[in-house]
Amino acid sequence: MANVCFQMKGTAFTAVVMDLYDYSADLFLAQLKQKINTAPQFFNASPLVLNLAPFEGELKDEQLEQIVAACREMGLQPIACRGAGIELKYTVMGLGLASLPSAKTRSTDIQAEPAQSKAAHVKASPLAGNKEPAFRPSKVITKPVRSGQQVYAEGCDLIVMAAVSQGAEVLADGHIHIYGPLRGRALAGVKGDTNARVFCRQMEAELVSIAGYFVLNEKLRELCWKEAAHAFLEGESIQVSAI
Amino acid sequence: MAKIIVVTSGKGGVGKTTTSAAIATGLALRGFKTVVIDFDVGLRNLDLIMGCERRVVYDFVNVIKKEATLNQAMIKDKRTPGLYILPASQTRDKDALTMEGVQTVLDNLAKDFEYIICDSPAGIEQGAQMALYFADEAIVVTNPEVSSVRDSDRIIGILQSKSLKAEQGGTVKEHLLLTRYNPERVAAAEMLSVADVEDILAVPLLGVIPESEAVLKASNQGAPVILDQESQAGQAYLDAVSRLLGEEVEHRFLDVQKKGFLKRLLGGK
Repeated sequence: MANVCFQMKGTAFTAVVMDLYDYSADLFLAQLKQKINTAPQFFNASPLVLNLAPFEGELKDEQLEQIVAACREMGLQPIACRGAGIELKYTVMGLGLASLPSAKTRSTDIQAEPAQSKAAHVKASPLAGNKEPAFRPSKVITKPVRSGQQVYAEGCDLIVMAAVSQGAEVLADGHIHIYGPLRGRALAGVKGDTNARVFCRQMEAELVSIAGYFVLNEKLRELCWKEAAHAFLEGESIQVSAI
Repeated sequence: MAKIIVVTSGKGGVGKTTTSAAIATGLALRGFKTVVIDFDVGLRNLDLIMGCERRVVYDFVNVIKKEATLNQAMIKDKRTPGLYILPASQTRDKDALTMEGVQTVLDNLAKDFEYIICDSPAGIEQGAQMALYFADEAIVVTNPEVSSVRDSDRIIGILQSKSLKAEQGGTVKEHLLLTRYNPERVAAAEMLSVADVEDILAVPLLGVIPESEAVLKASNQGAPVILDQESQAGQAYLDAVSRLLGEEVEHRFLDVQKKGFLKRLLGGK
């Protein structure tokens, strides 16, 4: 093969999320100006996700266009729409935005994050009184995860006590344990935990990923195929070994 | 209270309509009052397989739109007593079905019938979801090949998340029916085996229908293959009906059959 031009990785970014509750052109513009004036540096060219899920009533196509135009004018960079109904799909696409599925629980977490830069985060933790991270119970799934289904264990480990079918996807911020054949995709440490691992009773995965680094089925076939195996990250490469 | 059974698969052409016709006929043969509904609006086929295409006047969509009564639309099967067919519309599309309309029809049928068989269209869109939404049990029809198995896996996932039973916290009882099974090709590793499919789908096996010329013949003649009790496919469907009724019947036609000298000489099947 010729020189490698690029490598694809999955990763998570912080972005500002705007939860939209109501819309009238003048009021929106005034409030947006006011908000941005509180921290002009922070909002300058900042990526923005529009969350339409909390919006009451129906948002019209032209209203969405106005909102996006107003945000761009104020120096924000709308990158995606979350929770847009099917009727807005083409408008969202036409505006060059990505469509994200609405997440019921995650929006609050993501909102809180942009305020803390990395440095602030490091400083903040000792101030919090050297607290150990709160215990998050693992997510346990007892039924097969079927093709087309997706299971995400947010902020914890994921334990699946059945098969993960081809075309299914299991994700966790922590480790993933699968007590059955793994035939679909398993992504551990999706928020960047490089210590996360994937354990399974029978390795037949389409893809195994840890903190954005991944190996594909073809590679896995050479290693521990159909055996009990675990995958972990060593430097920038994923190791798969029998257990 | 009637039991609603959906016959579904995700993939097209695997034998949903053949199975709906055979199972409905089988249940009626066992003395249960049964109706089979064609949910494949726009691509109606069940009437052909049941051999009643010339008797279709009103259809499922007419009943939902209150343009006809259930009794006007239902066709009484001429061969099997206690069996009725509710044909689909050929001129509308699948959006003609509404959730409330389907529920009203099913509620009314439930008063008179013991079994309601819903013949689902292919795919996982509205039409297929409508067919499975009210089901108590599901027969998942699968061919022994990878794409069919994956689509079945997908539809089982939908049964477990988007059916009324699932929304109420219950489960739809699932049955796996493997059709077009050819033991010779399994032996030659050209086809997935029963064990392979069971391993991937993890759903109890209702029956294995061997690939048989009798199925095509039956379809073209408009007589459900279960009535051809000479054929292996017909017998396998009879076994499947018994298992559906909770009886324990051993699986047949799973292994390569040795052809006798005479049969080989005559080339019979």
